[in-house]
Amino acid sequence: MHVHPYERMWIRLSAVLLVVFGIAIAVSSLALGVTIPGATPRSVATGLPADATPSQGWVRELGPGRYEVNLVARMWGFEPNVIRVPKGSTVTFYVHSQDVLHGFKIKDTTVSMMAIPGQVGRASYTFEEPGEYLYVCHEYCGLGHHVMSGKVIVE
Amino acid sequence: MANAASYRVPAGDRRLILAYIGIALAHLAVGILLGFMQGMEHAGIDLYKYTFLAHYYQGLSMHGVYNALVFTTFFIAGFLHFAVTHSFQRPMKWPALSWVTFWLMTAGLLMVDWALLTNRASVLYTSYAPLQAHWAYYLGLVLIVVGTLLILANMVATYLAWRRESPGQRTPLPAFGALVTMIMWGMASLGIAVQFIFLLLPWSLGWTDRIDPLISRTLFWFTGHPLVYFWLLPAYTSWYFMLPKQAGGKLFSEPLARLAFLLFIPLSLPVGFHHQFLDPGVSTGYKGIHAFLTFAVFMPSMITAFTVLASLELGGRARGGKGLLGWIRTLPWGDPSFTLQALAMVLFALGGVSGLVNASYNLNLVVHNTMFVPGHFHLTVGTAVALTFMAVAYWLVPYLTGKKLWGRKAAVVQGWLWFIGMAIMSRGMSWAGLMGVPRRTALGQAPYVLPEWLTAFNWMALGGAILTVSGVLFFTVLIMTALRGQPAAEGEVDVPLAEPLEDEAVPTYLDRFRPWVIGAAVLVLLAYGPAVVQLVSVANPVSPGFRPY
Ligand code: HEM
Ligand SMILES: [Cu+2]
Repeated sequence: MHVHPYERMWIRLSAVLLVVFGIAIAVSSLALGVTIPGATPRSVATGLPADATPSQGWVRELGPGRYEVNLVARMWGFEPNVIRVPKGSTVTFYVHSQDVLHGFKIKDTTVSMMAIPGQVGRASYTFEEPGEYLYVCHEYCGLGHHVMSGKVIVE
Repeated sequence: MANAASYRVPAGDRRLILAYIGIALAHLAVGILLGFMQGMEHAGIDLYKYTFLAHYYQGLSMHGVYNALVFTTFFIAGFLHFAVTHSFQRPMKWPALSWVTFWLMTAGLLMVDWALLTNRASVLYTSYAPLQAHWAYYLGLVLIVVGTLLILANMVATYLAWRRESPGQRTPLPAFGALVTMIMWGMASLGIAVQFIFLLLPWSLGWTDRIDPLISRTLFWFTGHPLVYFWLLPAYTSWYFMLPKQAGGKLFSEPLARLAFLLFIPLSLPVGFHHQFLDPGVSTGYKGIHAFLTFAVFMPSMITAFTVLASLELGGRARGGKGLLGWIRTLPWGDPSFTLQALAMVLFALGGVSGLVNASYNLNLVVHNTMFVPGHFHLTVGTAVALTFMAVAYWLVPYLTGKKLWGRKAAVVQGWLWFIGMAIMSRGMSWAGLMGVPRRTALGQAPYVLPEWLTAFNWMALGGAILTVSGVLFFTVLIMTALRGQPAAEGEVDVPLAEPLEDEAVPTYLDRFRPWVIGAAVLVLLAYGPAVVQLVSVANPVSPGFRPY
């Protein structure tokens, strides 16, 4: 097949561009650790406090500067909807949905995921800067979808 | 073959095509009105209370279904029926089936309309379980999809008949585009066929009581991404095979055009997980493979950008344009059909860039389900596709009705208004998305809205208002054409058919579909097979239906 030299050049350039983007993605996810949710086991995370039930969210300290949050999304709110951690903490979120699909996105962080009934989503983030981080539901979940929010307070 | 451009498709087919397009445009009109209300809502102006709509989400469900599913599908059904009968210069193999298909799809559509209008299906066009709609909604959509498969069958039968009658000839290009579109779609529809018939329909009827939301979602996106190529390929058909003629040019390279189309058959399909990057329960390995393949499907679109632009340049130069960019000025900017499509391409380039952002695996963390996403697809389906279909309507409706277009100047203005309005709205949406604003949200009522978001919301409302004016103008031009259009003389409303620049030989594999279909099947098995087996083996049907709307 005859391909015009300019067009050949254009096709090659496009391919090179995509390869460069691909490398950037590989570096950021493998070396810099900016990861997306994967095939987590389909169960509630372990470490349930004696007084908590799987339908409640809770926050616990695993060690100095390390926290685990179990967060429940349901129509139309998050539990807990206020999370307080000290500056510099690394927080791992386990996200559960109790009814329909929801989303969970913390503004200005790399934490974002779907909350799917029957699945547990997981994401970690280190809060270096003090302040209030808004989190919202970013999947339509019915009439009250637009009121679903909460905040992480880093102090 | 008789002069192709002036060949008239038979009156019965013309009526059928007009009927499809009429239904498509009627739904687009409603969809645009709802888009206007959405933009206003984001700026804090609630228009819903003046209507019978229960709330924002009922309107948004209608906007998504009408614009992205009904307008597109019915317009494509009409346009591709035209492309096939016109370029083969023969009737469909099974003319009666054509009408049966039409009525089946229309019956399905009426069920969908009813469910949406009565707030029984406010689940948005993605129909994510465990949100549950009335069964009539699911059944209606199934009938529409079955209709598209009957269209595919009829087209393939017509193609085979034509091949027997015309040995040694290459498939004429518009029919070729139509066949690629429908073959790709036929394979793609497998996902929602299984999802709707075996999961959603029995569940909404109460025959089964629980569903696995992740499996349902995965099936949806198996079809959901190729769906965008089902919308786009008919627009490409116009850009490659018709628009160069309207610009006074020629198709720059026929073999590359065919190659780009055929590549979409295997590459459109195995990319659905890029809509599920943030789904827990799907392995990152398969997400990575789909991210890679999504980059691959970018390539035929890059070929398209070059070939189509080069074809237009030929036109501009043939019309006297000189210098590096002088040919742009000499293009026929007074021709509405040309202008709309040229503008559609400009915004499509930006849509391609934002699409790459969405597709970039972990970059998706920033934009997933934010307003950035509607900012992206209003440039693609909302402009590249919608504006191109409007451009096609500007010559196809006169061709079908035998009346000259009423108000050519108004039509040109309409295209520019859409372009400007969409640039503004999409700019507002993308900006809001980068600031973390969620999509599909009644932002005017959300208690958490931050002051820094408000300017972007106003951009959306302003852009939406300009778009709505453009929409009104579009329908005015078409209605006036139907009512007041001057009868066109013989040969005045010919079909624009581009000729290739060089009459070079085309290798056989670029005029056959089977190898590409087999390739597609293999690729789908590799990219989806193990992941789906895994999902099904640990199926977790936990969800009863919810109707919180
Ligand atoms: C006057 C023209 C239009 C305006 C003002 C408009 C405005 C909007 C707005 C404000 C949203 C909202 C988003 C949200 O809450 O997430 C939206 C969603 C959407 N629009 Fe448009 N739009 C227009 C035309 C179109 C066209 C022509 C198409 C496709 C052919 C289209 C397809 C969609 C889709 C698929 C959605 C997403 C619905 C969902 O999230 O379920 N729109 N539009
Ligand atoms: Cu929610």
